[in-house]
Parts: sequence; C-alpha cells; structure tokens
Amino acid sequence: MKFLRRFLIRLANFATRRRADQRLQEEIAEHLALQIEENLSAGMAPAEARRQARLKLGAAEAIREDHHAEQSLPFVENLFQDLRFAVRMLLRSPGFSLIVIATMALGVGATTAIYSVIDAALLRPLPYRNPSQLVRIETNLPGVGAHDVGLSIPELRDLQSSGIFQYVSFCFHGSENVTGSAQPTHIAGATVSPSYFAVLGVDAALGRTFDPHDTTAGSNGEVIISDGLWKRAFGADPHIVGKSLRLDNDQFQIVGVMPAGYRDQGQTSAERGTELWAADGFSDTHAPSPMRGTRLQYQTIARLQPGLSPEAAQARVDALVASLKKQYPADYPPQAEWTIHLTPLAETLVGNVRQSLIVLFGGVGLVLLISCVNVANLLLARASARGREIAVRQALGAARTRLISQLLTESLLLFVLGGITGFAVLFCARKFLLQFVPESLPRFNDISVSWGALAFAIVVSVAAGTIFGLAPAWLTSRLDLITTLRQEGRGSNGSRRRSGLRHALVIGELALSLVLMVAAGLLLRSFWDLFKVQLGFNPTRVMAIETTLPNPNDPNTDIYHTAAQESIFLREALRRIRTLPGVEETAVSDTAGLPLGHGQSDLRPRQLIREGQDLQRSQPPLIDTSIVSPEYFHVLGMTLLRGRLFADQDLEDTPSIAVINEAAARMYWPGRDGKGEDAVGKRIIVRSRSAKAGWTTIVGVIADARTESLADAGVPQMYFDIYQRPAKFLALYLRGQVDPAAVLAQVRTQVQAVDAEIPVFRAQSLDDVLASSLSVRRFSMEMVALFAATALLLAGLGIYGTISFLVNEQSREIAIRLALGAQRRDILKTVLRQGLGLAATGTGMGLVAALIVSRLMAGLLYGVSPYDLTTFAGVTAVLTAVAIAASYVPALRAMRLDPITTLHAE
Amino acid sequence: MKEKPDVLQGTLALMVLKTLDLLGPQHGYGIARRVEQISGDLLAVNQGTIYPLLLKLEHEGSIDSEWGASENNRRARFYRLTETGRKQLGAETRDWEQTAAIIARFFNVKAEDLG
Repeated sequence: MKFLRRFLIRLANFATRRRADQRLQEEIAEHLALQIEENLSAGMAPAEARRQARLKLGAAEAIREDHHAEQSLPFVENLFQDLRFAVRMLLRSPGFSLIVIATMALGVGATTAIYSVIDAALLRPLPYRNPSQLVRIETNLPGVGAHDVGLSIPELRDLQSSGIFQYVSFCFHGSENVTGSAQPTHIAGATVSPSYFAVLGVDAALGRTFDPHDTTAGSNGEVIISDGLWKRAFGADPHIVGKSLRLDNDQFQIVGVMPAGYRDQGQTSAERGTELWAADGFSDTHAPSPMRGTRLQYQTIARLQPGLSPEAAQARVDALVASLKKQYPADYPPQAEWTIHLTPLAETLVGNVRQSLIVLFGGVGLVLLISCVNVANLLLARASARGREIAVRQALGAARTRLISQLLTESLLLFVLGGITGFAVLFCARKFLLQFVPESLPRFNDISVSWGALAFAIVVSVAAGTIFGLAPAWLTSRLDLITTLRQEGRGSNGSRRRSGLRHALVIGELALSLVLMVAAGLLLRSFWDLFKVQLGFNPTRVMAIETTLPNPNDPNTDIYHTAAQESIFLREALRRIRTLPGVEETAVSDTAGLPLGHGQSDLRPRQLIREGQDLQRSQPPLIDTSIVSPEYFHVLGMTLLRGRLFADQDLEDTPSIAVINEAAARMYWPGRDGKGEDAVGKRIIVRSRSAKAGWTTIVGVIADARTESLADAGVPQMYFDIYQRPAKFLALYLRGQVDPAAVLAQVRTQVQAVDAEIPVFRAQSLDDVLASSLSVRRFSMEMVALFAATALLLAGLGIYGTISFLVNEQSREIAIRLALGAQRRDILKTVLRQGLGLAATGTGMGLVAALIVSRLMAGLLYGVSPYDLTTFAGVTAVLTAVAIAASYVPALRAMRLDPITTLHAE
Repeated sequence: MKEKPDVLQGTLALMVLKTLDLLGPQHGYGIARRVEQISGDLLAVNQGTIYPLLLKLEHEGSIDSEWGASENNRRARFYRLTETGRKQLGAETRDWEQTAAIIARFFNVKAEDLG
C-alpha cells in the first residue's frame, strides 16, 4: 500500500515535472546555518565551523541526486531522455534507419502473417462452448487394417449411457435438395443426432435447437437452418419458426435459425458451410431391431463430462471396450482388435495441415532471425563509426550501464518501429494476401489480422530488439578509451572483438539461408514430382458437374428407387448433354468416382466379402467403391488390363458385375505368383443400400490410377455399374471443348428438361480439382520458396555489407600495399578470399543444420530423399555464387583504390 | 540509482520515526542531531542522507511536513509523525523487538544446551 502511494506520488511528480530542488536547498542552507551556530558556540573559528558543518553534511551533490531520485522516477526519466536521443539519432541518419526499419518490417511482418494463419488454424479454440470437452470418437479394427469403421446403434447407446460423455452425436455432412421453390436449390446439409447442438453447446438465434433427449427412431421431421439460408431463401422472415420446407420430397418443419456467425464443425469448407441440419435417430424404421454388428459409418462427436480430461475419458472408454468384448464375443472377434479412440475435436479438424504450417512457421522464423542478424550487423557497423562519440561520453563520466541502456533504447526503437511498420503493411494488404492462402486450409474463414497479431508483432520486435540490440550495445560500450580517442577517426583497429562478432553474424546468416533454401528446394522438388506424376487417368478437357437425385426417407415416394428407374433418367440426360456444343463424350458416376475431389463422409470404404474367405476367422477387409457408367473409364482415360469393362447389355436383371484396379487384384487375389492374375471371374459381396442380394462377379482389372491420392498410386478400388446399382449423389462428366463459364447453365437446362426438380451444381474442370488438391502443398512450397529468396537476398546484403566494411577499414593498409607495388589482381584476390572464407564456413555449418531440418520434414516430402544430393549441391552452388557476387563489388572497389588520395585523406 | 545497504536504510528510517514520536515536530537538523546524539558515534552517516529519506517517508505517508520558524526564527521545514506513521512505528518496533529477541536467544545458546 505504502509502496503504491509512494510510486503514485513520484509518478505525479514526474508527470507534472514538479521539482523539490528549491525546498531541499533551503533545508540544507538552514541545516548548515544551525550546525555552524552550534559549532561556533562550541568555540570553533568561523572558517573551521563552516568547514566542519559541510563535512558533517556530506557531499551536497550526491544528496541532491538522491533527493531528486526519490522525488521522481529516475528510470523513466532516463528512458525518456534516451528515447529523445534515439529519435534524434534516427533522424540524423535516415538512410540507415530506413534500411533497418524496412528489414525488420519484412521479418516481423512475414512472421506475423504466418502467425495469423497458424493462430486461426491451430491456436484459437473452436468457437463452441468449452471446446476442450469436445472429442471425436473413432472406432478402429487394426486387426483387419480397418480404420474409422463407425459405430452401431447399440454401441452408440452404450457410449451414451457410459457416464463418460454428456452427449454423443452422429453427424453426416451431405447435401440436400430444397425443392418446391421456383428453382430447386442444392445446399450443404447435415443429418445429425438430436443431441448435435447440445454436444457443440450452441443455441439457436431464433426458435430452438433439437431436443437432445428426443428418441425418435428415424427423422423427427425437424430441421434447423443457417442464418445465411434464412436470409437468402426466406427473406429473413421473423415468423419462420414452425413453417415447413420440402427436402428431397420429404416434408420438414423449421424449428430454429442458427446465429449469424455460426460455422459448423467439419474438415472441409463445404462441411463448415453447412446451411441446414435435420435431426435423425439413425435407427432405420424399415429394419428390425438394430444389430450390434451393423456399423453406421457416420462421424461421431461427443462432449465429455465436465472435469474429465480426454486422457481419463480414453482410459474409461478402454475399460468399456474390454467389458463389451467380454459380453459380446461373437460381435468382437479378438483378432479384429476393436478399439475406440477419442481425439480432441480441434485436432481432428486440423488434420495433416499441422506439419505444413509448422514448417512454414519455422521458415518464417528463420527469415526473422536472418533479418535480426542483418540489423545487428548494421548496428555493429554503425557502432564502429560512433566509436569516438561513445569514447567521449565515457570519458565525460557516463556509466557503462547508462551507455548500454542508451544504445539498447536506440536499437529497440528501430526494431519496434520496424515491427509496427510490418504490422501496418500486413494490415493494409491483408485482403490481397489472403488470396494466396488456399481456401482448403482448416478454419480459413477465421484468419484475421487482429489485436492478437499486433501484440505478437510488438512482443516479437521487442524480444528481437533486446536480444540483437544487446550484443552490439555491450561491445560498443566496451571501448578502450585511450586507443579510440587517439586514433582520431582512423577507423578502429581496436574493434577486433566486434569484427569477430560481425563475421559470426554473417556466417550465421549464410547458414540459416542455406537451411531455408534446402527446405524450399526439397519442397519444390516434391511438389514438382507430384505435379508431374503419372496420374493413370487423363483430366484434361474433362468437366465434372454434380447433381443429386431426390433421396426421400420413404422409399415408396422415390421415383428413382431402382436402377431401371434411374437409368431412364440418366440415359436421357446424358444423351441430351452430348448434344451440347463441344461435348464429345459423357459419363456419370456417384460422387465417390470423382477423382481427388471428395470430402463427403458417406464415401467411406465398404466391407469386401470374397467367395471362399472364412468369415469366422477373419473380418472382411474394407475397399473404396465407386458406382460408374460404362463410359466412365474411357472419358477418364483409364486403361483396361484384363477382362472387360461394363457394357450396354449389363442391366439390373443381368448378373451383377464389378471392375477392380490392379492394386485391389494384387492385394486381395495375390494368386500363386503374387501378380493377381486370377482376379477376373472371382465372386464377391459388397453390401450397400442399392445392392442386390447375391454374388457379384469381377469381370475386369484396370490399371492403377491416382484417383484417391496423388501421392499414392496403389489404393485398391472397386467399381460397380450404375445401371445395376443406382446412386443418388452423382457427378456428370463431359469431355470436349466446352465453355467452363456457360457449361453449368447448359447442363442444368438439359437435365431439368428431363426432370425439373433436380438441382445441378458445382461445375469444375478436373484440372482445377487436381490443382486444388495440391493447394496446401503449393501454398507451403511457394511460401517457403519466398522465404528462401528473401533469406538469400538478406544474406547477400549481409555479406556485401561486411566485405565493404572490411575494405573501408583496411583501405589504408590496401593503399600502402598498392603504393609499395602490390598487384591490383592480388588485392582483388585477397578481398574475395575473405568473402569466400565467410561463405565456406557459413555453407558448411548450414549444410549440417539442413541435414537435421530436412530429416524433420521428411513427412512432407514426396518422391525425393531428405538428403537429396542435387538439391543440396544446387543450393550450395547458388549460395556460394551469391556470396562471391556480393564480395566482388567491394573487392573491385578495393582494387581500384587510389593510394595517393586514400593516404592523403588520412 | 545506488541504494544504501538495506539494514542501514531501514534502521535509519525507524530512528527518524522514533525521534519524531518522542520529540514531536522537528526540522531536519534537529532530527539528525538527535539521531547522532542517541546513537553516539557508532552511526557514522552523513547528516545529509536524512533528506532523501525524509522525502521517501513523506511519500509513503508516514510523516508530514510544513514550513515553520526555527529556533533562530528562520524558515525551516518541520516534519511530524502522521497517524499512519505512528502505526507503522508500532508495528516495526514490535518486529524489531521480536527479531532482537530471537537473535539474542541464538547468541545465548551454548553447545551443551543443544546436546
């Protein structure tokens, strides 16, 4: 309390510049007078009385200083004085200040930009209540290599009643056809358990969310819409709650509207942009009581009981799994190794982007470090020029700590100004820069340049300023007074320690640049390899357009229920599309057949049951399946290796057939020689909603294509004939010279001429799909390449500055040598050798560091070894070339030195 | 800013407070004189150091000051103890006595007492 009081009074005195000097002087005068009187009365001579009085009082100046320090805040006063001086210094050499501020603005601005991205994607908690309680539930069967197989209804109920979770919810992000309006629209919709919003802890802005305790087996007829849909389709009708809506021919009642800022949880931007949620109990009303073994492949999210950590919850789930296995041994064969895994929801939403972002942050951190090193180098160079000034101040009695704090204030001012400039530039350019960030980045919409980013920028610049300002300040204040003052501006040879530090800084800078360049080189090569990879299919000139057939809950109202019903529509629609200008070929598949383009959660692999496989002993494996029309393979340019493809005579009432790719043949029918030759003719069962009972025969094997993942050619695939197995979520393919801007409307006209209720949406060329599947990779590659280029530039400047400085410092020596008859070529060589020495040490250290870093980022590389010799050699060559070029200019200057002028000037 | 050793600073402050408590309002010289007299020559401080200390105590609210007339009728700054100061003095006196008692006990302990 009394400290606070004292501080406040001093602060007030400081602010009002109130001085107590007058008062102290009066007091001291009075004090002396009283003491002298007393001395006199004790019999001293007047002069002696005065002397004794003064002696007893002590050093008046020191007392005044102490008194003044007590009166005000000397630390703050000094700071202000230093700041005033620093501003004056800054203005005195505007060129220097500008370079330092620009360098720091670059470093801090870039770091803050990447920080903003990372902050949104990784650091910021999810925008739901108590986000740390949210988990995603995954069930795995590692024994049969199956991942994320989903939960059955009895399993869901077990989890709900386990006491581990407050709420557990299924959710399935799909899409819905909103019909009954003038133009059928297609929106991103989700089917969720009634507890969904209770899990997320979000309330409706209008109306209500679903009742989490609703136990309706199927759909309860309630939907909730997003704020966007409410405004767009319903004109923000305030009485919307209670009105009805037709989705895929089913009647629903709107019970609530979500708040304007609400974004759904999900991994893709389509999922996050969900506009409609329908509640569902997920227990099929048409089926008998739910089976434990019938797993529903929906995403499961849950909210943990308060106070339960994910680790503790996992332990309790493990115990539950063990007891369920004991209770139902038939449903959980031990060799399948059924497990339930909880992952914090925030983590699952980021997925594999985390590593890319961390590499980016590492890269930008290196750029920042290099900028700091460069600035420290500049500060040191200036310090030598200011050696005399510092020496004079020291000779006049400035304390070393005061000198350091003053120099530090100067560098901090520069760093912070740089940081703020960087932030300001970033803030002004944020819209422009955001264009370069791929939209597929998780939580892309949350990216913002906020107060947090400003705080980050300031903290970073202050930290950098302190660290990189302290060393130069320390060394500068450590002058040998006599030598410096005697040298009379002849350059300071006494600064060996400083030049040692300068060299170390340049070497460090070169090493860091090399690390960045190696990282960029490796990423570039990976990207290039992926880009140039043999796709196994031909995306050029192919457009894909999506459409969705109505998918009502009651199959009796479905006019496209059987393959025969659907094929009439499909054949007519395809025939009409072929008449469009430029279209050469058409095909159709379900959305699982879209190469590289799927994010929908219904596209999970299905169980593959092979004839002759002992189901008692092993769980069936899982395989990716697509349903395609016969022309699909030709339109996409996939090659048949053995057997045959689908043909026009394969219909709903002919035997069910399938085509697999070579990877599937190799994996599931390895044959005697392991080449998979005997897959054709084998019989399988893959269950799906539209599959007929009975066996399906494999009729053909096609070559592997990278339709699942660019990085992986060998994903087993199985294809069914769309005229045998109907599908609801479709993609139409058009090969030919079509106008991408007009094609969507043209196709829509043709499709709706067949059935006016069917929405047609999202036209994209497969080339674009390919590009966007590479977008995050491309983004991190481009960014790291940009950082590497910046680093190279800064390192070049750094080495240029250092060599120039060396030449300046040694100009006298060089001039004497020239005067004594040294060859100009030799001078050039000597200077160049100094530059090369720095470069060699820097690259040597950089190579070692790069080896470590490249091993850490091996997971991001494709088709290139982390120790790729070409990359390492190329980068070393480039850096050395830059170092030589940067040293060449000052070396030339040294060579052309005129000895007479130089020596005269001294 | 260099600080005097803490013990000295602390004790000097306590002495000043005690002096003001005993003698009522005093000017700087009077306080310095009294401290000197009571402590004898044991405390060799410059008299001037008392002024920054008085300012500090005033900032802390323990003492108050105002101009008045000295013995020889000149203007002098008189310091007096405030209510806060009196409380502080009381608390610190107790602390000192306690500390002194503890230290004294340590000094009086002989080896055989610990056996």
